[in-house]
Order: sequence, then C-alpha cells, then structure tokens
Amino acid sequence: MDRKGWMSVLAKAPPARLAALLPDLPNHSYLRPPEIGSVMVQGRVGGTGAAFNLGEMTVTRCSVRLEDGPVGHAYVQGRDKTHATRAAVVDALMQTDAAPRLQSDVVTVLAAEAGALRHDRAEKAAATKVDFFTMVRGEDQ
Amino acid sequence: MYVAVKGGERAIDNAHAWLAEERRGDPAVAELTLPQIREQLKLAVNRVMAEGSLFDPDLAALAIKQARGDLIEAIFLIRAYRTTLPRLGTSVPVDTAQMAVDRRISATFKDLPGGQVLGPTFDYTHRLLDFALAAEGEAPAAAKAPATPGPVPHVTGFLNRDGLIEEEPRDDATPADLTRTPLELPADRPLRLQAITRGDEGFILSMAYSTQRGYGRTHAFVGELRIGRVAVEMDIPELGFAVEIGEVELTECETVNQFKGSKTEPPQFTRGYGLVFGKTERKAIAMSLVDRALRWKELGEDNIGAPAQDAEFVLYHCDNIQATGFLEHIKLPHYVDFQSELELVRRLRAEAMTMQEAAE
Repeated sequence: MDRKGWMSVLAKAPPARLAALLPDLPNHSYLRPPEIGSVMVQGRVGGTGAAFNLGEMTVTRCSVRLEDGPVGHAYVQGRDKTHATRAAVVDALMQTDAAPRLQSDVVTVLAAEAGALRHDRAEKAAATKVDFFTMVRGEDQ
Repeated sequence: MYVAVKGGERAIDNAHAWLAEERRGDPAVAELTLPQIREQLKLAVNRVMAEGSLFDPDLAALAIKQARGDLIEAIFLIRAYRTTLPRLGTSVPVDTAQMAVDRRISATFKDLPGGQVLGPTFDYTHRLLDFALAAEGEAPAAAKAPATPGPVPHVTGFLNRDGLIEEEPRDDATPADLTRTPLELPADRPLRLQAITRGDEGFILSMAYSTQRGYGRTHAFVGELRIGRVAVEMDIPELGFAVEIGEVELTECETVNQFKGSKTEPPQFTRGYGLVFGKTERKAIAMSLVDRALRWKELGEDNIGAPAQDAEFVLYHCDNIQATGFLEHIKLPHYVDFQSELELVRRLRAEAMTMQEAAE
C-alpha cells in the first residue's frame, strides 16, 4: 500500500478503533498542532459536468515530527484531535523501519474492517434487488 | 430604526434556565444521548446536515438535541458553528459513479445493468402505525445476498450512447461559492445547485410540486435515484497528491425530461440534477425538478412566468435560515418603530377629523 492508500485508510478509520490498535504513541513534536476546520465538498452537475459546491464537511489536520526525524501528516474526517495526531504519527512511522509492523497491525486491520462493513451493506443491498418477471399476456399464446 | 434598550437581563436568564429544564423534560424519563439521535433519528440528522451545509453526524445530533427537535433551529446552530471553522481546502469533485450504493432505482429502465436495488426504503410500506415499535424489542436482521463488488454505472450513460440525451461535459472551472460571496443574479447552474442543495426541503418540495401541477411543467421521469457513500478526496498541499480525507453519504437524483427541441437545441431528452448530503430522497428528487425548471433560458424554452422558473424568487427564498431570521425578527422589540407609527396614525386621524368637521 502506498502513502496515499494508508493516509486514506487512517482518515476514514473510527477514532476509537485506531486508538485501540495503537494505544501508545512514540515521542513526537507538532509541526502543526491538530486543527479543526472544514473542507468544501464539490460535486459535478449531472455527475460528470461542471463542478459545484455541495457543502462542507468537518476535517481535522495535524503534522508531526518523530524524535528521529520523519514527518507525518494527517487530514482526517471529523473533529477528533487525537485521531488526527495518531494518524499523523502513523504516517510518520510508515516511513521508518516500523512500517511493516504498522502495516500489518494497524493499516491492514483497519482496511479489512472498512471493507467488511462495506461488503456487509452491499450484501444487504443485493438482497433488495428486484427480480422482474413479465406476466404472460393473452395475445402471446 | 433600532435603538438599544436595556433591562430584561434577569428575565432572559430565567427564560433560558427554564428552556433548559423544558428541554430535558420529565427527569424520570431517560435522557437522550447523541449516539441515540445519530443512529435512530438518522433522517433528521441527514436533513440538518444537508440544510446546515455541513457533513458531521455528531454535530447534527447535538444540534437536534439542543434545539429540542426543531430542525430549522438545529440547522441555524450548524450554520452558526460552520462560520467558526477555518476552511482547510476544497475537495476534488466527488465521483458518484463510484458510489457504494444502498439504493439505486430507475423509473425509466426496468432491466438496467446493476439492477433495481430498493435499499432500506419506506416505499411499499402501508403507512400503518407499527405499534410493535412502541414496545422495546430487537429489530429483525436484514437479509443478505451475494454482492458483486464494483461501481454501478449511471443510467444516463445508456441514453448518451444513442445521443438521445443531452451530455454534461466536464468543466473544471472554479464554481462560485455563496458562502464566500453573496448570491448574485444571474446565477449560473453550479451556483443555483449550491443554493438549492442547502435550501429548505419544504420550499424546494413545493416548488417542484408546482411544476408537476403545471406551473412550468418539465415532464420529468426519475432516470435514476441512488443513495450511498462516496469517498471525498482532497489535494494535500504538504504532499502534492490527493488522498481520501473521508466519506460522505449522498442522495443523487437525475431526471430525464421530455424536450421537443427549441430554436437552439435538437429534440432530445434533457436533464435535471439533484445531489444532497445524507439519505434525503424527497429533497434530491425535488431539487432535480427545480433545477430543470430553472434551465428554461439556456434550453430556449418559454418563460410562462411560473414561480419555479424565476431564479430570483427560488434562490432568494429557499434558504430557511435567511427566511426564519427575517421572519422571526419582527417579534423582537420594535417599540420605537411602533411609537412613530402610533403617532403618525394619531396625527392622520386628527387631520381627518378636522377636515370632516370643517366639511360639516
């Protein structure tokens, strides 16, 4: 998984779940302390046309530096500052020797859980798919 | 004229304390928690997010609790909070073709690729009160069926192949943002859509309904209605590439409208578009009808003077926070205004009486 991939997984992860998977953080300093803000979400007219402003969502961002140098960034959904900090620390750790361990113990777990949730809803949706059948009409006989 | 008036501070404090007590209701009844509102009054939460124009289910739940279930008051709270947030950026336009759909139906094509997926809908219920819900109990588990992963194609794409429907060519121009610059007319389609998607559901519904009843009829079919979740991507300045920063639930409606052609356009189907935060089906359908009605000029249609064709009327009256702010301000003290009106009426009456006496 590339950096884009793990940052996306971390951004969408339930904060409590991320905290449970990685309770203790290594020493770090803030390049940018966690900041709550908004991002304007855009759509496209007709799904494909001109961009328009749909509305905002809350986002928290944070940038950290680990003691030994690596820098991590996070933009996560919602207003949870510890979520943003933890995601930034993981982003930094993913650039160190700890990457394989974090990948397997945190990122892959979160991605699998998100995938399972998504699959669960897809299965429920599939059960509500309509199977049309046409009634035999008199003139066809 | 407005004049500062002092006094009433104690009365206001006491009124607010009583409000808090009334909000809580009978203390013998368990207090509502925000997760309860978020999970079990989800459609109210969705409406507050859509019209508050801020996607954050926890905040919307808090606003609903604080507003005692008055959704317009809750939307007001969200709008006020929103203004305190620094804008961290703008997303890449969401790709609704990639939506993980809970529901996807078409009123125009029965056998569309991907199928008609009903999802958790009120449709086909009998609208009979279910007294079983008055008692606490476990909800039955939803049935499951094997799912084929992958995006579900848009219905309008099939019509596009035959050139029977107008296309929506991609345009990456930066759209106007009415949260940054006041809405001015003429408003282009992106700006109109921003105003309508955060507009009052009741107002947009009535405008759409008026077109169906003949005040600017557009012969709309629901080509496709889909509800589901899409990822939100944003370019991260520190990195120089885009990452997903979250996921939002959206309702999208595309209407297919009969169109005989005009001076400028060939006969073909035209389109109306609705896209709204959350599971907000009624609003999304209504939005697409109003969008289509407002397009009369660019399609060379006649303006029959219908309210839904009047961009100024629709866009300047659809915002329920502007509307309620102006409406409700007339209950606030206007003592000095009224004093001058009172004096004017007294003077006019005195003059009228003097004239009457002189005539007699």
